[in-house]
Amino acid sequence: MSVPVFLVLAALLVAAALTVVTHPSPVYSACALVLTLFLLSVFFVGLDAQLVAALQVIVYAGAIVVLFLFVIMLLNLTQTEPHPTGGAPLVAVAVGGGVAVVTLVASALRRVTAPSTPGLPAGFGETAALARRLFTAYLLPFELTSVLLLVAIVGAVGLAKRRP
Amino acid sequence: MTLDVAIAAAKVLFSLFLALQVMGLGVFFERKVSALIQNRIGANRAAIFGFAGLGLVNTLVADPIKFLLKEDITPAEADRLLHFVAPCASLVPALATFAVVPFGDVLEVGGRMINLQGAELNVGLLFVLAMASLGVYGVVLGGWASNNRWSLLGGIRGSAQMISYEIAMGLALIGVVLTYNTLDLQEIARAQGHLLWGWVPAWGILYQPLAFVIFLVAGIAESKRIPFDLPESESELVSGYFTEYSGAKHLMFMMSDFVEVVLVAALVTTLFFGGWQVPYLGRDGFHFPWGAALALPSLAVAIVQVTAFALKMIAFTWLQIVIRWTLPRFRYDQLMRLGWKGLLPLSLANVMVSALLVLLAERGA
Repeated sequence: MSVPVFLVLAALLVAAALTVVTHPSPVYSACALVLTLFLLSVFFVGLDAQLVAALQVIVYAGAIVVLFLFVIMLLNLTQTEPHPTGGAPLVAVAVGGGVAVVTLVASALRRVTAPSTPGLPAGFGETAALARRLFTAYLLPFELTSVLLLVAIVGAVGLAKRRP
Repeated sequence: MTLDVAIAAAKVLFSLFLALQVMGLGVFFERKVSALIQNRIGANRAAIFGFAGLGLVNTLVADPIKFLLKEDITPAEADRLLHFVAPCASLVPALATFAVVPFGDVLEVGGRMINLQGAELNVGLLFVLAMASLGVYGVVLGGWASNNRWSLLGGIRGSAQMISYEIAMGLALIGVVLTYNTLDLQEIARAQGHLLWGWVPAWGILYQPLAFVIFLVAGIAESKRIPFDLPESESELVSGYFTEYSGAKHLMFMMSDFVEVVLVAALVTTLFFGGWQVPYLGRDGFHFPWGAALALPSLAVAIVQVTAFALKMIAFTWLQIVIRWTLPRFRYDQLMRLGWKGLLPLSLANVMVSALLVLLAERGA
């Protein structure tokens, strides 16, 4: 991905992400979230991770946010209440979060030594390569994640079935 | 470099062109096949210098012009931006999917081998699913932005229906992926070129008959057509999520419906009916099982393949339109029961059986 393309896409991505947080209408927030996730998948394509990009769109943009929208529309939430919080606690949280982000980015940037592109093995990011790692080196965490998801589903069904 | 870009652009434009041509024919079938089924004559009023072409002028010229010239109304209470975005969000993903559908094998021009596929993606089939899942937004946003209760009900029904059937659709495709060991649609089409017992073309339907049925049913449900047209259902919701649309935007919603029909036809063709494969046609001409052979230049082979692909696509478009005009609409609980209790377990069983058979075949080989 060339630098100008990256900058334009990054600016769009940040703008979309900010819209998710700041827009008063929940439907617009959800739409901006779709745009954010979609742009993120474009970055994955730029990083030779086509599979991750496709899964990002299928799972997050295509399924999860649709459910968000579904719930927003079902409950007919048009405008959120303006946040009553403000003053000292909000400033403290904002400053703390900002410092944390800057520290994280700085420490990440210090570890970057050389461009990583020449070191990519053949077939990097392709389905077969990723699947092989997933089902050999990372088999246990992968299977445990599916158990975690199953627990969440059973929990949700249990909550929904509980008599009031 | 410039030549490469030009070739890539030409390929994408050609696949778009093919899709839109078949879509036009689909609209024509819709008018004329429905008329045949209901024992009436159908569209035959518009004519150019007395030439009505069996209603072709009506459906392909008069209809679009009528839609484009109609007043485009946005309701006063509607959300203007999303009301405008929704039809685009419905049409664009459907059209974008055609980029990964191969329409021929390779064309040799001046020593250059051109792969006849819009975009060669390592994850082609997942791209199809990703675009299908993005198609929901047009329906949901159109329903919400119109600020009309019929529209909202249609949008909510549409989103629930499309999410439900996407799961069965994706699981049916896993069976196909297991069989061919690739996600690239071109590779899948090429793998269907060999012959079984020396004379039967090894098309996907022979390996994955159940996946074919599940995919076709889920595909029709995804394109929101009768018997799955609950998001639209004229008799209850006026016309569902696009009640408040008129003019060009209404045309775009209608177009995306038909593009999705053609898309399902193209995918069924590619995955289960050999795609562009013509029985006994190789890259250098025909090789018949009884020993005869007919050498053909690369261009002729490509033309035969593209024609075969288009004809198969047209046949499945026609089939879907006949289904539409034959069956009544499901009730909502029937729709959900079919999706979750019928197709989903069936597709899971299909994945299990396919995986087992692939494993046994590998052990045996």
